[in-house]
Amino acid sequence: MSGTFVGMPAFPEAAHEAVGNRTLRANLRHATHTIRAKREKAVAEVSDWAELREAGKQIKDHTLRHLDRYLVQLEESVVAAGGTVHWAADADEANEIVTKLVKMTGESEVVKVKSMATQEIGLNEALEAEGIRAYETDLAELIVQLGKDRPSHILVPAIHRNRGEIRDIFAREMSEWGRPAPEGLTDTPAELAEAARLHLREKFLRAKVGISGANFMVADTGTLVVVESEGNGRMCLTLPETLISVVGIEKIVPTWQDLEVFLQTLPRSSTAERMNPYTSMWTGTRDGRAGEGDGPQNFHLVLLDNGRSDTLADEVGRQALRCIRCSACLNVCPVYERAGGHAYGSVYPGPIGAILSPQLRGTASEIDASLPYASSLCGACYEVCPVAIDIPEVLVHLRERIVEGGPVVREGNKVVLKPAKGHAAERAAMRAARWAFSHPGALRTGQRLASRTRRLHPRSLPGPGKAWSGTRDLPAVPAEPFRDWWQRTNGGKEGGK
Amino acid sequence: MSSRERILGRVRRALADAPSEDTPIERAYLREHGDRSVEETVELLAENLADYRAIVHRCTAADLPATLAGMLAARGSKTVLVPPGLERSWLAEADSEQVPDRVESTPHELDRIDSVVTACAVAVAETGTIVLDGGPDQGRRRITLVPDHHICVVRVPDQVVSSVPQALERLDPARPLTWISGPSATSDIELDRVEGVHGPRTLEVVLVDTQASLEVNS
Repeated sequence: MSGTFVGMPAFPEAAHEAVGNRTLRANLRHATHTIRAKREKAVAEVSDWAELREAGKQIKDHTLRHLDRYLVQLEESVVAAGGTVHWAADADEANEIVTKLVKMTGESEVVKVKSMATQEIGLNEALEAEGIRAYETDLAELIVQLGKDRPSHILVPAIHRNRGEIRDIFAREMSEWGRPAPEGLTDTPAELAEAARLHLREKFLRAKVGISGANFMVADTGTLVVVESEGNGRMCLTLPETLISVVGIEKIVPTWQDLEVFLQTLPRSSTAERMNPYTSMWTGTRDGRAGEGDGPQNFHLVLLDNGRSDTLADEVGRQALRCIRCSACLNVCPVYERAGGHAYGSVYPGPIGAILSPQLRGTASEIDASLPYASSLCGACYEVCPVAIDIPEVLVHLRERIVEGGPVVREGNKVVLKPAKGHAAERAAMRAARWAFSHPGALRTGQRLASRTRRLHPRSLPGPGKAWSGTRDLPAVPAEPFRDWWQRTNGGKEGGK
Repeated sequence: MSSRERILGRVRRALADAPSEDTPIERAYLREHGDRSVEETVELLAENLADYRAIVHRCTAADLPATLAGMLAARGSKTVLVPPGLERSWLAEADSEQVPDRVESTPHELDRIDSVVTACAVAVAETGTIVLDGGPDQGRRRITLVPDHHICVVRVPDQVVSSVPQALERLDPARPLTWISGPSATSDIELDRVEGVHGPRTLEVVLVDTQASLEVNS
């Protein structure tokens, strides 16, 4: 993947451009509406959805509250099963560890299972810089990689591409990476999938090193779980001699039994299926447990922090770490549906991206400071979330932090954020409001004045408020302030108009 | 300071404000959905398997060798991969050449084989899932992945459970586990479902009725 998120413009600019792209909007609308309808059906099949959702939330909260303990327990379990555990505080460290591990095998190519964590740290680019070629093997990731593009959705990273565009990318680029696309390739999905199968099978069969993430890690057994559809995950997790898994520290569940909740909620929320076609679970190496001779001989688990412990320090924001990356919130979001994933400037787009990215990366960049505003706060994302993350609550919390500044934790240290630039008018208005509400006399006078001059009020705001009122109606000021009405009519008991 | 200590230190500081008392997790969700007889559960498994485009067959234990032989012949499979502990009698009537799975066999060798026949560890009716645990009659994970045609034999009703929670109770996390719900599929192109991207493009499941044969024998 050659696309990078560094130096992305703020969300409003990026979104403005995306919204003008009609193909993109049509692709997105089709995709999000299709999956949204399917998901509703899949969820309606289980009568205890609310209870599963609550249990999922509680399990994740419990895990986060004792994360240190469960991390240590997980490490012990993985080591006992023959694996090796590495700890990476940030992206650079994780990339260094993985690069070193690959080099130790003497190989110069690796096959990869789709993984948000490795995208987050830019692993492919880091490997490439060291002369190691990483092949993405998920069909959508392949489309993104061959198209020198960036992913735009958590579950279907090439959601912004239609079949015609995919055909063109395959026909043009496959030969650069290995087996070329078949002659006369058409744009039917079955033919495109077949082309990908032939192209990638070559790589699977010869691969010596596989790299993955994980959907879950079970602390008490040391088991890792990868949930997928295509079988590329099974290929990467089974055939190579060495397997390296890069996993965020928040992906733990305490016990084997806890999987019963998430294996029910994740498939239905993400792909809208009763169960995804393939789920692989492995515990350590083939020599470390039952099932002799099955799977990789060497297993390395890289536990990734990269801003997660900072996020954990925020009482309101830490709930974002419950996320199981199902992407249901993307598909219901009216903002995502129109702007697309690229505008979010992060591997985590949509509502979850709007709260996760500014917490993982901090709010110093323009794009991160703008993300909490990339929402209409309609609440649909909270409704569908299978672990009940109150995304609107976190959005509002982050907006406040950006406007007001205040104490946060960055890289483990407490720092005090300055109020962000560009919010001066908002801050001034809030200060004025605070003053007015604490001075009842002034408030009363002001309200009466506003009512009496209502015919003179402009239809749009002057100055910094102009853009805001360009797309919104200003609220009409009533003819009489509420408290005057209350006094005049004795709270409505005496009628009046 | 090692990164391990650094990360654990950060996590502990981040949690300094969190209340230490623990409320137990409320598991108010159901152990299974709906009230079904054993036969209905098997029926639901067959339905859900078929719904995700697995081909489902049903037979008695006595008919199993003939059923498997017929399936392999219908597919024109010249070679069939056999896990080390597969019941010998199952393939007694098959004409295909039987290839035992060996630890040394390379992925390329597996790729040239037409079909594979395995048993399973457990099957989940509500989701239409079969689970393999690498037991001797199922073999290594790769043998049900590389060949293009997988036949899986499920002993009903003993190996069938209703739900995901019931399946997890029966499984040993120390074993390598593969959960399979229909053949490999992708929805990455305009969300159109296409079968068979990287795994077997055809999954056939034989529900063999072991109870019927017991009754016949007794």
